[in-house]
Amino acid sequence: MKLDHSQPLEYSTGQNNLNIFGFWIFLGAEIMLFATLFTSYFTLEHRTGSGPTGAEIFEITPVLIETILLLTSSFVIGLGIHAMRLGKQKAMISFFAITLLLGLAFLGVEIYEFVHYVHIGAGLQTSAFTAILLTTLGTHGLHVTFGLFWGLAIILQVKKCGLTPETANKSFIFSLYWHFLDVVWIFIFSFIYLKGMM
Amino acid sequence: MKMKWAVLTVILSIVAVLTGCEPLTIFDPKGPQAERQANDILLSIGIMSVVVIVVFAILIYVLVKFRASKQSDDYEPPHMEGNPWVEAICVGIPVIIVAYLSFVSVQSNYIVESAPKGYEEQEPLVVYASSSNWKWHFSYPEENIETVNYLYIPTDRALEFKLYSYGPITSFWIPQLGGQKYAMADMITTLHLAADESGEFMGRNANFSGKGFAENTFNVTAMSQKDFDEWVDEVKETADPLTEETFNKLLKPGHLGQMTFTGTHLEFAPPPEHDHGSSHTEPTEETDTHDGHEH
Amino acid sequence: MEFFERFAVPHPSPAIYASMVVIGLSVIAIIAGLTYFKKWGYLWREWLTTVDHKRIGLMYLISALLMLFRGGVDAIMMRAQLSAPDNKLLDAQHYNEIFTTHGVVMIIFMAMPFIFAFMNYVVPLQIGARDVAFPRLNAISFWLFFMGAMLFNISFVLGGSPDAGWTSYFPLAGTEFSESVGTNYYMIAIQISGLGSLMTGINMITTIIKMRAPGMTLMKMPMFTWSTLVANLIIVTVFPVLTVALTMGTMDRLFATNFFTSTNGGMDMLWANLFWVWGHPEVYILILPAFGIYSEIISTFSSKNLYGYKSMVASMVIISVLSCLVWAHHFFTMGQGAAANSFFSITTMAIAVPTGVKIFNWLFTMWKGKIRFTVPMLYSVGFIPLFTIGGVTGVMLAMSAADYQYHNTMFLVAHFHNTIIPGVVFAMLAGLTYYWPKMFGFMLNERIGKWTFWLLSIGFVLAFFPMYITGLDGQARRMYTYSEATGFGALNMLSFVGAGIMAIAFALIVYNVYYSIRYSPRNIGSDPWDARTLEWATNTPVPEYNFAVTPQVNSIQPFWDSKKKGHVLFPAKLDKIHMPNNSGMPFILCSIFFVWGFSFVFAIWPLVILSTIGIFACLALRSFEKDHGRYISVEEIIETEEKTGGAKL
Repeated sequence: MKLDHSQPLEYSTGQNNLNIFGFWIFLGAEIMLFATLFTSYFTLEHRTGSGPTGAEIFEITPVLIETILLLTSSFVIGLGIHAMRLGKQKAMISFFAITLLLGLAFLGVEIYEFVHYVHIGAGLQTSAFTAILLTTLGTHGLHVTFGLFWGLAIILQVKKCGLTPETANKSFIFSLYWHFLDVVWIFIFSFIYLKGMM
Repeated sequence: MKMKWAVLTVILSIVAVLTGCEPLTIFDPKGPQAERQANDILLSIGIMSVVVIVVFAILIYVLVKFRASKQSDDYEPPHMEGNPWVEAICVGIPVIIVAYLSFVSVQSNYIVESAPKGYEEQEPLVVYASSSNWKWHFSYPEENIETVNYLYIPTDRALEFKLYSYGPITSFWIPQLGGQKYAMADMITTLHLAADESGEFMGRNANFSGKGFAENTFNVTAMSQKDFDEWVDEVKETADPLTEETFNKLLKPGHLGQMTFTGTHLEFAPPPEHDHGSSHTEPTEETDTHDGHEH
Repeated sequence: MEFFERFAVPHPSPAIYASMVVIGLSVIAIIAGLTYFKKWGYLWREWLTTVDHKRIGLMYLISALLMLFRGGVDAIMMRAQLSAPDNKLLDAQHYNEIFTTHGVVMIIFMAMPFIFAFMNYVVPLQIGARDVAFPRLNAISFWLFFMGAMLFNISFVLGGSPDAGWTSYFPLAGTEFSESVGTNYYMIAIQISGLGSLMTGINMITTIIKMRAPGMTLMKMPMFTWSTLVANLIIVTVFPVLTVALTMGTMDRLFATNFFTSTNGGMDMLWANLFWVWGHPEVYILILPAFGIYSEIISTFSSKNLYGYKSMVASMVIISVLSCLVWAHHFFTMGQGAAANSFFSITTMAIAVPTGVKIFNWLFTMWKGKIRFTVPMLYSVGFIPLFTIGGVTGVMLAMSAADYQYHNTMFLVAHFHNTIIPGVVFAMLAGLTYYWPKMFGFMLNERIGKWTFWLLSIGFVLAFFPMYITGLDGQARRMYTYSEATGFGALNMLSFVGAGIMAIAFALIVYNVYYSIRYSPRNIGSDPWDARTLEWATNTPVPEYNFAVTPQVNSIQPFWDSKKKGHVLFPAKLDKIHMPNNSGMPFILCSIFFVWGFSFVFAIWPLVILSTIGIFACLALRSFEKDHGRYISVEEIIETEEKTGGAKL
C-alpha cells in the first residue's frame, strides 16, 4: 500500500481516495432517495382522509430540541475530524462520543414524538399523510440509528488501532454521512414541520 | 440481407390479404376525435416511412459497397473523425421532423381534450361511466337512467364522459369514436367524444384490471337523437329503479350481462370530486380531504 | 397446518406441479453432482467467494442466460395461449401471472445482469485497470441480484406468482385485488436486486472516473466504457426512486398503510408516477450499454475508427438527461390535461434526435470501411434497420393525442419489443459472441451463429410485426383470450409461429456452446477479431491481475495504434501487484438477505428480525475485519505471463 504523505491521512492511499469518492456517489443516491420521499410527501401532504392534518399534530418544542441536538452533533463531529487531522486521537474519540450521545438524544426525542403521534391517532395506517410523514421521518431516523452503531464501531476501531490511514478514512466517511443526515434534517425541519405548522 | 427483404415482402402481402377486406378499427373512425387521431397516425406513419426508407437505403448501399469481400486485401480504411457538416445535417433534419410532429401533436392534444370539432356550441350529453370488477356502469344524470355494460348514445351530439372506477385503474375506450382515458378511484377524468354516424361499436376497458379483464367489454350503439329519446322514454317506463342495495350487489366482482335501471347511483354513491381535464369545471383540489375530515 | 397452507400455490395446475418436480430434481442433481465429483471446494474457493470482476461477470452472464430461458418459456406460453381465439390452454389467472413474471424476469433478471456481465468483464479491461474500485462490494452486488432473482423465481411454486403486471399498478397490486403473496415477491425480490444494481452503479462510476490507465482522458475512453458510465449515472439517479416506491408498496401490502389505496387519502397515481420515473430511465440503462457494444463491434469489423466520437458521447449524455424527463408518456391517458401531455410529448420525441445521430454515426463508421460479416457484425447490422423501425414507432407513440389510441394495445407491445429485442437482446448476443474468445479462449461456431442470427431475426419479425396491426385493429394487451369475431386469430397465430422460430434460435445458442466447447480450435491468440481497444491487449485467458504492466494510452484506440503505428502500450517495468483477497462474506450476507426476503414475503416476523440482525452482524464483522489484500510477486507474474502466452513484456 503506497502512502502519500502530502495528503491528509484519510486521503493517503489509493483505496482511501476511491472510498471517499464512492461514498460521495452514494450520498448522491441518498439525495435522490430523500428527494423522492419529499416529493411523495408534498403530493400526499393534504390527503389526510379521516385523519388529522399536519397543523393539528405538529408541536414545535420536541422538533426544536431535535434540531438543536442534531445541528450541534454535526458541529461536534466537525471538531472531531479537525482533531483527527491534528493527530489528537483522544480528543477525536471524545468528540465522536459526544456526537453519538447527541444523536442518541435526538433519537430518544424522535421516538417520544412518534409515540405521541400514535397516541393522538396519527398512526402509520391512519391516512396517506400520516404514512408518508412517518415514513420520511422514519427513514431519517433509521439512518441516524444505523449511524449510531456505525459510529460506535469506528470509535472502537480507532481506540484499538489508533489513527491509521484505514481508521482515519472510515472516520472521515462517517463524518460525511453524519453531516448529510443533518442537511436532510434541515429540509425536514423547514419543509415538513415549519411549512406544516404555518 | 436478401432474405430479410423476402421476409418483409411476404409479411406485407400477408398483412394486405388479412386486412385488405376491411380497414383496421383505428382507421375506420366514426367521430371527429377518432378521425383526428387516425389522421395523426397516418401522417406519422408517412413521415416515419420516409425516415425508415432513408436509413435502409444508406445501410444497403454501405453494406453492398464496402464489404470486405469486394475490396482488395491491402485496402486500409481511412481514419475519419467526423465532419461538422454531415453531423449538422444528421441533427438538423431530425430536429425539423420532430419539431413538425411536435407541433401537430400539441395541436391535437388541445383538440382531443376539448369539445369535439363542430359540436362546440352544443350542450353535451353527460354520461358518468364508472367501472367495477369487471363491468361498466353508465349513468345518464339528465335522463335519470342507468345501464350496465351497454351504452346508447345519440349521433351528432357532443358527448362528455365522466370516468371513475370502483377498484383498479381501468381505461374507457371506444376505438371508433376516439382514444381511451383512465378511470380511477379518487378522481374523475373527462373524455370528449362524438359520433357522426349511427351504428354499433366495440367498447372496452383497455387497462389490465385482473382476472376478468379480457371480457370487460361493452357495446355502444349510436342512434339519432329521436331514437335515443324514444329509448330513454321506454327505459323509464319499463326498467326497475336502481336501489343502493342492488347497486352494491352489482359492484361485487364478476361479470354481468346488460342491465337497465331507472335512476342513477350518483344520488346515493356520489363520484369522487377531483376533476381533471374537464372543460367546464375547474379542478377542485383538496375538497375531498376536507370533507372527509369533517365526517 | 395453517402455517404451511400459505405456501401452497393458489392456482395449481399440472404445469406447476411438473415444474416443482423439475426444480426438486435439478437441485438434487446439482448437489449430487457436486458431491460426486468433489467440486464443493472448487465451487466455494473459485466462484462463491471470488471478488474477481471477470468471474463475477461470468456469473452474471450465466444467470442472465438462465433467466432468458425462464422468461422465454413464459413468452412461448403466452403466444401459444393467444394463437387461437377462445383458447383454453391457460386460464386468466395463470396467464396474468405469466405475463407479469415474463416482464419482470426479462427486464430485471435477464437484461440487467446481461449488461452487468459485460460491464464487469469488459470495463476494467478496457480502461486498463486491475479490478473494479470495490471488488468485494461487486461480489455483494452480484449475490444480491442473484438472491433477488432466486426469490422471485420460487414464487410460482411457493405461494403463487405476482399477477398485477410488471408495472403492478395500484390498487390492482394492493391486497384487496391481489390476494396471494405474489406481489410481495415482486416488491421484495426487486428491492433486493435493485439494491445490488445501485451498488454496481456506485462501483462502476468510481472505477471509471478514478481508475483509468494513464493517458486515458475522458474523451479517450472507449465507447462501451462511456456508455457504462452514463448508464450507471442513470442507475444511481433513479434506482433510489424505485427503492422508495417499492418500500411504500410493501408497506401498503404488509402494514396496511394508505399510500396507494383508494381510501384515507391514498393515491394510485403516485405509484404510476414513481414507477415510471424509474421505469423509463431503466430502459436507457439497458439500451445505452447496448449502443456501446454495437459501437465497439461496428468499428472493429469495419476496420475503421468510430465515426463522430464526440457526437456519440454528447448524444448519450443528452439521452440520459432526457430519459429522466419523459416518464409521463407511459400514461398520457391519465387525465393530466393537454399542457402536461404536450410537454412530455415533446421531450419524448426529442430523444429521437440524439438517437438518430447515433444511427447515422454507425452508418458512417461503416462508410469506406472494410466490412467483415462475422456473427457479432451481423447482429449489429441487423440491429440498425430493426431498431430504426422500433424507434420511429416510438416517435409515433410519443404523439400523445394519437397515443390515446395506441395505449394499452398490442401496438405498444410491438413497439417496445421492437426496441428491446434488436436493441438490447441482439447487442447481448453480439457481445456474447464477440467477447466469448476473450472469456473462454475459443470461438463460438460461425455457421451455427449465423443460422441463429437469421432465425432470430425472421422469428422476431414474424412474432412482433403482426402486433402492430392487431394493435391498430383494437387488440388490447394483457387479454388472456379474445373471441373469434374480433378477427385477431390469424395474426396471433403468425406471432406464435414467429415466437416458435425464436425459441429454436435460442436453443441453437445452447447447441452452439456445446458444439464449440467440443470442436472449436483452441490457441486462437489474444486478439482473434483484429480489434482496437485495450481489452484485447491482454492475454487470453486473462490473468487475474488483467495487465502485468499498466498500459499507457494515447488515443481512443490504443491497441490499434500499438499494432499499426508502433505506439508503446507497456512502457513500464514489472512490479509486484496488489490484489484483493477472496471473501465468503458477500455470499453469506446475501444468503441471509434471501432468508430475510423470503420471511418478509410471508410475513414471518421472528425470522425477519433474526435475519435483519444477521445482516447487520455481517456488516459489523466486515467493519472489524483486517484484510489488506495480497501481493503477487514478479516471479509469479512472469510465470503466469509465460503460461498464458503473453510475450508483451
